[in-house]
Amino acid sequence: MKKYIWDGIFKNNPVLVLMIGLCPTVAVSTTVQNALGMGVAVLFVLTMSNLTISLLRPMVPESIRIPIFIIVISTFVTITDYVMHAYAPAIHKNLGIFVPLIVVNCIILGRAEAFASKHTPLPAILDGIGSGIGFTLAILGMAIIRELLGSGKLAGHIVLGTKFAATPILFFSLPPGAFLAIAVLIALTRLRK
Amino acid sequence: MNPSTVKLKVSVAPHIRSVDNISRIMYSVIAALMLPLVGAIYFYGWCALWLTLSGIVGAVLAELIVNLIQRKFTITDGSAIITGMLVAFNVPPGAPWWLPFAGSIFAILVAKAPFGGLGYNILNPALAGRAFLMASWPNFMTKGWLAPIRPAGSTVSGVATITTATPLGVAKLQPKLASMLNTPAALKAMFIGNVGGVVGETSALLILVAALPLMFKKYIDWRIPVFYIGTVFALTGILYELGVTPLSPFAHVLAGGLFLGAFFMATDMVTSPVTRKGKIIFAIGCGIITVAIRIWGGYPEGVSYSILLMNIVTPLIDRKVRPRRFGT
Repeated sequence: MKKYIWDGIFKNNPVLVLMIGLCPTVAVSTTVQNALGMGVAVLFVLTMSNLTISLLRPMVPESIRIPIFIIVISTFVTITDYVMHAYAPAIHKNLGIFVPLIVVNCIILGRAEAFASKHTPLPAILDGIGSGIGFTLAILGMAIIRELLGSGKLAGHIVLGTKFAATPILFFSLPPGAFLAIAVLIALTRLRK
Repeated sequence: MNPSTVKLKVSVAPHIRSVDNISRIMYSVIAALMLPLVGAIYFYGWCALWLTLSGIVGAVLAELIVNLIQRKFTITDGSAIITGMLVAFNVPPGAPWWLPFAGSIFAILVAKAPFGGLGYNILNPALAGRAFLMASWPNFMTKGWLAPIRPAGSTVSGVATITTATPLGVAKLQPKLASMLNTPAALKAMFIGNVGGVVGETSALLILVAALPLMFKKYIDWRIPVFYIGTVFALTGILYELGVTPLSPFAHVLAGGLFLGAFFMATDMVTSPVTRKGKIIFAIGCGIITVAIRIWGGYPEGVSYSILLMNIVTPLIDRKVRPRRFGT
């Protein structure tokens, strides 16, 4: 049982090993808060949609499974979107279009297609939690590198001294810095093997 | 003749060897780059030397780190020193000392080493370092122009002290004043290097003198600078006649980093095409993009980005103009 969770975090980490769901990882990893917000949103949607799809599994006809998966996923995304809008408006505003875009996130559809539609509910939930944590850790790692070097802050607090915060390496806040950060993380992941 | 004294060496090809090798070429280029450096010290004072040294130290330190990780010894081939010098040549003379240092470290650790080191890098490391500096510290990279400390009666430094200091900056931000740059006196100042600009770019004369022996030795191919500068001259000539740009083609060629870029950065052996035809295509492409950025782009100068963009298509050019195999 534990294996399902650990696989999602390390062996099959969606971002760093399977290299899916890169779009939000690159786009909203500018600060630690944004990354955490995105990670939690994906974790919730992934777990709930995995559970629902696993329960619906016997009833879904093979030929129209993708539209059904998308409807299930978009239901949970809409819930997440409204909840975040109500209780965390600042993060919701920062994440912008990337919350609704979770609907077409490869990680969620990928786990639905490859795992939840072939397994019973309990493994499906564990797989969702594992992959969700894997995504959250990857995007959080990106955000720590980018926020620390790109603005000298961590979760909004100045940590590298005010002098560095006045002239930070802006490059890391910009899109090319995201590509460099993800390249470094993927390289480190492969080094471990 | 006594047969025992005849030295016949039996070996496999190649039998004719050139004396040129990587470090010989690199140290020749370094020697040539000393000339623009001396010019920069003459025009802007000792800060030019300190910035260049900081760039070199950064590049060599980064190369040392890479060498230690790879357990390979490439630090003495001189390529890191050139990268450091060229990064420093690309920052304004009034920049803080650590700016070329940071740019050189990025150039070696990100643009060069991960691709496999010298000979395998896709982008010119020095220009990648400059692009990194432009993205990270735009304030330091677009301010800090020093008016030359030796005015020698140039009209350009008079214009320069108003707000922006480089000729192309004037052309971009104050087009009404730009016609002053078309006068013979201003052109002469730009040719000699007596204008505002980044450390190593201003003196077309010194760059030309430095590059001539290298072209003679075929360390840099004459086709790239000739076709690059020629394309810029022809295109800006047409656009000047049409009234699109206030600068005459002579001013466009002499202003900014065109000479430094065309002679010392576009000609980098690793990142430019191998064949003669490919080099000409590469140079014309650089010229077109430079003019497009200068006239329609957001930046006053487009040399560095044009060379970086053409670096990226270099493998495609090489594939397209592959020469016929001998005998087929």
